[in-house]
Amino acid sequence: MHIIVPIKQVPETSNVKMDPETGTMLRTAVQGIINPLDLFAIEAALRLRESRGGKVTVISMGPQKAEVALRDALAMGCDQAVLLSDRRFGGSDTWATAYTLSLAIQKLAPYDLVICGERATDGETGQVGPGIAAALDLPLVTYVSQVVEVEDDFMRLERMIEGGREQVWSPLPLVLTVLKDVGNPRLGTVRSKLQARKAEIPTWGPDDVGTREEWIGLKGSPTRVVKIYSPKLARKGEVIVVNEENNMEKAAAAFIQFLKDREITEFIPKNNNNGGA
Amino acid sequence: MAGEIWTISEHKDNVLKEVSFELLAWGRKLADERQTALCAVVFASDITETELGRLFEHGADKVYVVQNEIFGHFLVEPQARTLKYLVEAYQPETILAGATTSGRTLMPYVAMQVHTGLTADCTGLEIEPETGNLLQIRPAIGGNIMATIKTPNHRPQMATVRPKSIIIPDAEAGRMGEVVTPDIPEENFTSRVRFEKHITEGRGNAALEEANIIVSGGQGLQGPESFTLVEQLADAMGAAIGSSRPPVDHGWQPYVRQVGLSGRTVSPALYVAFGISGAVQHLAGIQTAKNIIAVNSDPDAAIFQVADFGIVGDALQILPVLTKHIKEDL
Repeated sequence: MHIIVPIKQVPETSNVKMDPETGTMLRTAVQGIINPLDLFAIEAALRLRESRGGKVTVISMGPQKAEVALRDALAMGCDQAVLLSDRRFGGSDTWATAYTLSLAIQKLAPYDLVICGERATDGETGQVGPGIAAALDLPLVTYVSQVVEVEDDFMRLERMIEGGREQVWSPLPLVLTVLKDVGNPRLGTVRSKLQARKAEIPTWGPDDVGTREEWIGLKGSPTRVVKIYSPKLARKGEVIVVNEENNMEKAAAAFIQFLKDREITEFIPKNNNNGGA
Repeated sequence: MAGEIWTISEHKDNVLKEVSFELLAWGRKLADERQTALCAVVFASDITETELGRLFEHGADKVYVVQNEIFGHFLVEPQARTLKYLVEAYQPETILAGATTSGRTLMPYVAMQVHTGLTADCTGLEIEPETGNLLQIRPAIGGNIMATIKTPNHRPQMATVRPKSIIIPDAEAGRMGEVVTPDIPEENFTSRVRFEKHITEGRGNAALEEANIIVSGGQGLQGPESFTLVEQLADAMGAAIGSSRPPVDHGWQPYVRQVGLSGRTVSPALYVAFGISGAVQHLAGIQTAKNIIAVNSDPDAAIFQVADFGIVGDALQILPVLTKHIKEDL
C-alpha cells in the first residue's frame, strides 16, 4: 500500500499564556511543529503500513523551514518526504493549497490512500483534505474515528457525526480525514531521529508539479483576508468563594439566579423532579 | 438583480434540522440587503410538503428540492455533483451551509470543483456596502484572532456557518413560497462510498455543537467516577456532556466529548466548566459560548478570566448541590 499524508507546520501554542488584562494570547517566539491533528493521520498511515505493508510518503507545502516538520514525520517512521516550497506558492488559501497538493500527490502516483488530519490548529478550516479529494475526483470519507477493515481494493470505516457514528464502505484509492480516535501518535526513537536528520528531502516547486501559474499562491486564491483583529476574551464576571460565610447553598442560589437572569432556564426541561439520577 | 442566496438544508430521516433554520435566519438578512431571493436547497429521499413548508415559514422565498433514495443518508459525492449541477444551472451569488460534519465535507468538495472561494466556520456575515461582496467573519488560531474574509472575483461566494451562531426568529405561520424540483440527470445520483449503518451511542453523546447547554468536566474531577456527578447535573439541565483534554487523554472520557482546540468548538447558550483550569486550548473552544460558568477550587485558575459567573470551591461537593437545586427550584 502506498499511503500519502499531507501535513502542515503550525505555530507551537501549548506554552502560551493569556494576557490577564486583554484575555488574548501572548505569543513569544513560537516554534513550528507538526499540526497536532496531523500526527493522528501519520499514526493511522503507519498502522496501515504495519498491517498491509507498503510505504508512507509525507508531504508538506510551506516555507523551507517546514522541512523540520517533515523530518519529525520521518522520525515517527514515514518512509519518504517531499517539501513543496516556492515563493510563488506563498499566500495560498485552501483552494490553491488543495490544488497544489493534489498535483504533487498525482506526481507521487500510484497510491492507494491519502490520509489528512481533521484540520490545522492555526487556520482551523479543515477544507484542504476534502479539496484534495475533489481535485483528484476521489471518494472522500471525513471525520474517520476507526478503520474497521482494509483490503487491497476497499476499506470499511467508522466516522463520527453529530450525536453518533456511522459505518461506511469505500473502494480505494480514497481520501480520508481522521480524528484522534485512530490511535495515539508514536514518538520517534533516538535512532530514527538521527536517520531522519540525514534523510534527503526533495523540494518541489511549481515547475516540478506542473501547476498553472494563475491558480497558485495569493493570486490563485479565490478568498482574500480583508482584516484581522484580536477579540477580547476576558469577561470577568462575579465570583463567589465558598467558605464559612458563603456556604454551598448560597453559591447554588446564585447559580440558579444567574440562569434566570440570563434567560437560560428556558433551555432547561421542566418537571424533571422525578427524573432521578 | 443580484443572484440568489442559497442555504443548504440538513435533515435527519427527512425531518429538517435546526441548522437549516439558522442558515435561513442569516440568509434572510443578506437577501434583504441584496434585494434578492433567499432559497433553501434540500437533498432528501422522502420529505413531505409540510416539512418543506417550514422553510418558507422561516424565511425562504423558494425551495429547490431534489428527491432521490441516495439522499437518505449523507454521502458527499451525489450531493456535490447535484449541487454543482444546480450552481451551473442557476448561478447563485452566495451559498451558506452549516459548519457541521456534512457541511464541512460537502462545501470544500464543491468549492474545489466549481472553482470558488470558501470560508470555514463563520460566526458573522455582512455585506460590504461598496461592492455587495459577502464579508465572512470567523475566528482562527484558537479564537485568538478574528478574520474578515471575502471572495471578490469568484462566484458563488461560499461559507460554512457555525451552528448556534444566530437565534432563529419565530416562524411566520402561513408564509408561502415557490417549490422548484429541478430535473437532474440520473448519473449524478451515484456514490462510490456506501453508507452501511448507524452506530448508536449511549446517553450523553448528544452533539456538542448542537447543544444549548454543555456541562463539562476537567482534570479537577480527579477520576472517571466523578463524571457521574457531571452526568447527573447534565441530565437535570437537559445538557450535553463535555470534557477538557486531560480526562480524554487519561481515558476517562471519549474524544467525542473533548472541547477545545484539538476537540470541538462550541457556541452554547451556557457552558459550565467543573474542575477545568482553563488552558488556552480549552478556552479557544468555548469563547463563542453566550455564557460561561466556572467552578474550580483554585481562585487563580485562568477559566475565571473568561467566566461570566464563577464559584471557587470543590467541584465534587458543589455538583450534587447544584443538581438538587436545579431539580427543586426550576
